[in-house]
Amino acid sequence: MSVDTATVAKIASLARIKVSEQELEAMVPELNGILAWVEQLGEVDTSGVEPMTAVIPNTLRLRDDVIDADPLTGGNRRDAVLANAPAAEHGFFGVPKVIE
Amino acid sequence: MTELTDLGVAAIRDGVAAGTFSAVEVAEAFNANVAAAQGALNAFIVATPEKAIEAAKAIDAARASGAALGPMAGVPIGMKDLFATQGVQTTAASHMLEGFVPQYESTVSAKLWEAGAGMLGKLNLDQFAMGSSNESSYFGNVISPWQRPGSNAQLTPGGSSGGSSAAIAARLCPAATGTDTGGSIRQPAAYTGTTGIKPTYGRCSRWGVVAFASSLDQAGAMARDVTDCAIVLEAMAGFDPKDSTSLDVAVPAWTASLSADLKGKKVGIPREYRVDGMPAEIDAIWEQGIAWARDAGAEVVEVSLPHTKYALATYYIIAPAEASSNLARYDGVRYGLRDLPDGAGLQDMYAATRAAGFGPEVKRRILIGTYVLSAGFYDAYYTQAQKVRALISQDFAKAFEQVDVLLTPTAPSAAFALGENVDDPLAMYLNDVFTVPASLAGLPAMSVPAGLDAQGLPLGLQIIGRPLDEQGVLNAGLAIEARAGFTARPGKWW
Repeated sequence: MSVDTATVAKIASLARIKVSEQELEAMVPELNGILAWVEQLGEVDTSGVEPMTAVIPNTLRLRDDVIDADPLTGGNRRDAVLANAPAAEHGFFGVPKVIE
Repeated sequence: MTELTDLGVAAIRDGVAAGTFSAVEVAEAFNANVAAAQGALNAFIVATPEKAIEAAKAIDAARASGAALGPMAGVPIGMKDLFATQGVQTTAASHMLEGFVPQYESTVSAKLWEAGAGMLGKLNLDQFAMGSSNESSYFGNVISPWQRPGSNAQLTPGGSSGGSSAAIAARLCPAATGTDTGGSIRQPAAYTGTTGIKPTYGRCSRWGVVAFASSLDQAGAMARDVTDCAIVLEAMAGFDPKDSTSLDVAVPAWTASLSADLKGKKVGIPREYRVDGMPAEIDAIWEQGIAWARDAGAEVVEVSLPHTKYALATYYIIAPAEASSNLARYDGVRYGLRDLPDGAGLQDMYAATRAAGFGPEVKRRILIGTYVLSAGFYDAYYTQAQKVRALISQDFAKAFEQVDVLLTPTAPSAAFALGENVDDPLAMYLNDVFTVPASLAGLPAMSVPAGLDAQGLPLGLQIIGRPLDEQGVLNAGLAIEARAGFTARPGKWW
C-alpha cells in the first residue's frame, strides 16, 4: 500500500500536525519508503498466532479506590497540576474560545 | 594519585566510605569535567552542579555522623533528560517540553537519590528518544569523544542515550541512566566503548519517564564496566505500584552474585544474526567473543531465531503506533509549548503547537503510527506486527530451552560520522538490527566493549538473557569483559 499527498494530508490532520505543501511533498516518498519496507511482514504466516499483548505475563492491578492515593499526584494538587500550563487562568486550563 | 574522574561507581563509593576522599571532592571534579566539555561534546542539556554538591555534602555529613551509607553513596551521575526530575527542567530533548519543570520525581531517579547518588545534570538524547545517532535533539547533536585517528570528523555517540554514552566515555560522569526502546542503551554503549544493560521489561518503573513506546520502553544502567552497571541497575530496579506494567518481583542481589565463571553454561549463537553484508571486523569480534565464552568454560551452541529478519519491520510499526498514541498528550493546553496563531481556534492551536514543537523524525513516526492505526489499515499493519512479535518472542523462548544466554554483535558497524545517515531514515533504522529483537521480546540484554576496529573505534558485543535472568546476562558480560581487557579511551581533544 502506498500513500499520496492527499492521504498524508489526511493522516497529518488526524494527528493534529499542521504541515505545509512543501513538507507534504517531502513526506510522501519518505513514508512510502518506510511503508514499502514494512510490507514484508505480509509474507509471514501468522495463521493461528495470537497478537502479543504483554511481553512478560502480568496481571492488571487495581489500586485502592481512594482520593490522594499518591501524595504527589493525587487530588488537591491544583496548583502543581497547573504549574506548567501555558495559559492557566482562574485555576483552570485556558483554551481559545470553542463555542460561538 | 589516579584522577577522581577516572574512578568508577564502586571505586568512588568505596573511597568515600573509607574516607580516602570526600564526596564533595568527587562532585567538584566531575562538575569541572562537565563544564569543560560542554562546548565541545554537548552531552548535557542542563548541568546541575549545585545538585551534585548538595547530594555530596549530605553524604559527607552522613558519613561523619556514622550513619549507614547507601549502595551509591557519594557517586554523582548523569540523568537522561527523559526522566522527570522535580524542579529541574525535563525536555526529552524537544522544543515541545522546553521549559517544562516537573512537579514530581520519576521513580527511577528517586530510587537512585535514595541510594546516595547525586545529579550532575540532565543528559542530551535523541528527541523523545527517537533516533540512533543523537542528531534529532532540539538542543543540538551530542558529539562523541571518540575520533578516527588523524581526523576531526564528528562521530555519533549513538542514540538515543547518546548524551549518557558520550559523558561516560569522556569521564564527565562514572555512570548514567539510559532508556532502551529498540537498542537505545546498548548501541550507544557499543559506539563509545562503554557498558550498558537494559533489564527485563517491567524491572524498572516507567513512572515519570517521558513515554515513547510503552510496551518497549525500559530504563537501564550505563557505566564503564559490568560491576558498576550491576550496582546502578540494582538501585534503579524494583516494583512500583504507580506503573501498571511494573513487575511485582524482588530485585536479586546482582552485584553480590557476579561471577565470570561460565562452566556448565550454554551460550547460543543465533545463525540468523549473520546478516548479509556484515563487515568482516564485526564478524571477527563476534568470533573472538565466542572464543572468550569457551575460554570462560561455556559450551557454545548454534541456535536458530527464524523470524529475526522481520524484527525491524515489526518494530517500526509497533513503536511509531505507540508513539502516535503517547504523544497525543502534547496539546498546548496542559503543559509544554503552545503556538496560538492570531484568531486560531482550538483545533488550529493543536495543529500549530504540534507542528512547532516536534522535530522531523518525531513527526515522521507520529504520521507512520497514525497511518498504521487508522481505520482499514489496523489489521494489516498493527495486528500483523503484534502477531509477528509473538513469533519473535517464541523463537527466543525455544532458543532458551537449549541455551542460557545468546551472544551477538551489538551493532552492525562502529560509530559513523554525524550527517552520514541523516537523510535516509531507513539506513538509520538498520542500526538497530541486532538490538531490536530482544526489545520486542522484553528480554534483558547488555552491551560490553570487546575491542577496536581498524580505525581505532570501539566495537561491542551483546548478551541477551532469559526473562528476569539479568544475573546470567551480567555474568556472561563479566566473562567477556575480563577477557577483552578493554582499556582504550578516547584521546582528550575537547
